[in-house]
Amino acid sequence: MSALTLRGWLLAESPASKAQARCQRLFIGWLAFRRNPVAVIGLLIIVSLVLIALLAPWLTLNAALEPDLANRLIPPGSQHWFGTDELGRDILDRIIWGSRITLYIVGLVSIIVVPIGLLIGVVAGYVGGWVDNVLMRLTDIFLAFPRLILAMALVAALGPGLENAVLAIALTTWSPFARIARAEALTIRNSDFILAARMQGVSTAGILARHVAPLCMSSVIVRLTLDMAGIILTAAGLGFLGLGAQPPTPEWGAMISLGRQYLIDQWWVPTMPGIAILVVSLGFNLLGDGLRDVFDPKSGGG
Amino acid sequence: MDNSPLLSVEDLHVTYHTPTGLVQAVKGVSFDLGREKLGIVGESGSGKSQTGRAILGLTAPGGVVRAKRLEFDGINLLHADQRTLRRVRGGGISMIMQDPKYSLNPVMTVGKQIEEAFLVHSNDSKAEARRRTLEMLRAVRIREPERVYEAYPHEVSGGMGQRIMIAMMMMPEPSIIIADEPTSALDVTVQLQVLAVLDDMISERGMGLIFISHDLNLIASFCDRILIMYGGQVMEECRAAELAQAKHPYTRGLLDCLPRLDGAREELAVLQRDPVWLETRGGSQ
Repeated sequence: MSALTLRGWLLAESPASKAQARCQRLFIGWLAFRRNPVAVIGLLIIVSLVLIALLAPWLTLNAALEPDLANRLIPPGSQHWFGTDELGRDILDRIIWGSRITLYIVGLVSIIVVPIGLLIGVVAGYVGGWVDNVLMRLTDIFLAFPRLILAMALVAALGPGLENAVLAIALTTWSPFARIARAEALTIRNSDFILAARMQGVSTAGILARHVAPLCMSSVIVRLTLDMAGIILTAAGLGFLGLGAQPPTPEWGAMISLGRQYLIDQWWVPTMPGIAILVVSLGFNLLGDGLRDVFDPKSGGG
Repeated sequence: MDNSPLLSVEDLHVTYHTPTGLVQAVKGVSFDLGREKLGIVGESGSGKSQTGRAILGLTAPGGVVRAKRLEFDGINLLHADQRTLRRVRGGGISMIMQDPKYSLNPVMTVGKQIEEAFLVHSNDSKAEARRRTLEMLRAVRIREPERVYEAYPHEVSGGMGQRIMIAMMMMPEPSIIIADEPTSALDVTVQLQVLAVLDDMISERGMGLIFISHDLNLIASFCDRILIMYGGQVMEECRAAELAQAKHPYTRGLLDCLPRLDGAREELAVLQRDPVWLETRGGSQ
């Protein structure tokens, strides 16, 4: 065994232990994922986003939220890589701190959206009949609205602010997840193992929670990564319209909104956070595409 | 053998409303089941599986079940509410299905699935459930039960899967097991192994078994009593040992279709179906 490399261990014909077999599955999945360079770029972007957000206090030199009026609107240079804004704050620092807000929004929205979508979709698909009809028409209503408009209406009703923006985005994002979960549940409900569970006397709730929902997870996760970009854009849109995070918070959308008036003479003020939004949403999209290829058994990858 | 039947079925009808009209899957089947092994044989579409499912109240949507009597342990299964039915399913009557490939949840470990039935029907702790599950796995002759407990269904073989299925259904200690072609998806050698396990469990625990199959020889050697079904009706009922002396022309026809090692090697007879069989209630009166 000593002569074998790690790679040999990971690709051995017959794994010696369960742990090895499991590592092999992961590694083979990774190989399939790696074959898609675009997806790897997406992964790199997301990993760096997370690292930057984690290391923000060590990456920034001066406090990002402190105005420094002597250094207003300095163009990008060696001192301030991305320049400074109308209050003399370093734009790079603010973008770095802003990455935390972006991740906060994305994370919170996913935590709210996945259970709602899963619950509604799985119940509709499994129970069927009028329950299905009622739940799916409800989903249709949410699907029919343009996402940003509905989110705006909700925030306008709840009052502007980051938390309300998150809530509004979540309430407008769950519908496609309900659809996906329902589609999966429709195929799973006719499986023999569901019949077996029923014959053991397991209640409907137990079947939904332990048998149907776990099988819907992989397609929901892929859809979630693909939806992340949309979530970020909606959050930035709300911020831009003044309905999301409020001014001193370095939220990217709000930064663009404030820098809009300087676009002609001091282009870097709104452009830099715009590029940040572009890169991150692109990253999530690419990653989602790559994950779909790896997870989807029909494509035969892996 | 116990005199009081565990399950009595009288004049059971299962009807499906389809766009092309009524389809009568089961037409007036009656039998009593004690602590014995009852075999139900028949061709495809003879209503044998439908009979099994109707007993458990698991007739597919669109099907209507009627019966003069459908009673298990003093409970009228036709009019029982969902809660009672759930207690009966698994706890009182269990079913083993044809193909373990489809009847085990692919994303749940074997141990979890076996435990589930136990936890539903009793209030014992998780640790107790685990102990009982390992014991049950050992009882269905699975070596290394600890390893299998953690395994997912795709990691076990077909024969093992079916034994796991048996373990799963035995877990809540039902008094009747309905086995719907439990060995049809398995190899011949593995079939016997699985049947031996099933036989042991049944005689040890004194349960009643309804064994549904199309394999006349298998049923004759495994069961105590046989119902022969055709077109949704019972054609004949006889003791397994006396199958060779069966009188009904349908049963005789089925028996003649089977090649025999000791018989003459002429052309095999083809079953001639007589429409009269479908009109009158044949055989066992």
